[in-house]
Amino acid sequence: MSMRTPLGKVRGLGSAKSGTEHFWHQRLTAVANIPLVIFLAWFCVSKVGADRAEMTQALSNPLVALMLVFTIISITWHMRLGMQVVIEDYIHNEGGKVICLLGNTFFSLAVALTGLFAVLKISFGG
Amino acid sequence: MANTPMKERPLSPHLSIYKPMLTTMMSIMHRITGMGLYFGMALLVWWLFSAAHSQSYFDFVQGFIGSWFGRLVLFGFTWALVHHALGGLRHLLWDTGRGFDLAKVEWMARATIAGSITLTLLIWIAAYAAR
Repeated sequence: MSMRTPLGKVRGLGSAKSGTEHFWHQRLTAVANIPLVIFLAWFCVSKVGADRAEMTQALSNPLVALMLVFTIISITWHMRLGMQVVIEDYIHNEGGKVICLLGNTFFSLAVALTGLFAVLKISFGG
Repeated sequence: MANTPMKERPLSPHLSIYKPMLTTMMSIMHRITGMGLYFGMALLVWWLFSAAHSQSYFDFVQGFIGSWFGRLVLFGFTWALVHHALGGLRHLLWDTGRGFDLAKVEWMARATIAGSITLTLLIWIAAYAAR
């Protein structure tokens, strides 16, 4: 006999109220990251020691800028999910855990928005 | 309930009791490379931000990344990226319920190490050749 309510069963979210969302987003971004990191590795290494004109020239190509936008979104979402698991695994003190989880979100968002702002600003004309 | 003293409960055997094995190390390396990439991303957007900021700020950041130390960090970042990506491919395969027998697990662990080193070197050679 199940003690779960019919509504709970239909929602399928479990006691954490988020269901398989964390797992699924982690896999979704993992798959997206496969082609994106190949692009990222090439972009970074080919721009070591480049001057600013070369950088802005590369980013003025909409395809390069778009690929960077995709990459930044997918990676920062993926890394936030990953670090969340690490924090939940190793930090058992409740207060410290909450602070770390907040910091994780702030850091990931800051990285994402800084990167996106920079790419778009350069791409739209410097 | 709240006043009952906690009993010392036995812990299940942990890291310190098992013999370290290649697959264990690969699992740990997946986490370490993931955490390295997490902070490495801050460096990456710092670099992009400097290009959006000004010529002088870009020269300062590019000077750091272009130095031998900066290149070493970027090389480490690239290796961590490839290692974590290949390790992730193993996890995606495992998600489908395949590749769990010992021979395969061991083979994939070795392939990840060899692959990550080879691909990292190839990326750097290709990027330098293209310049």
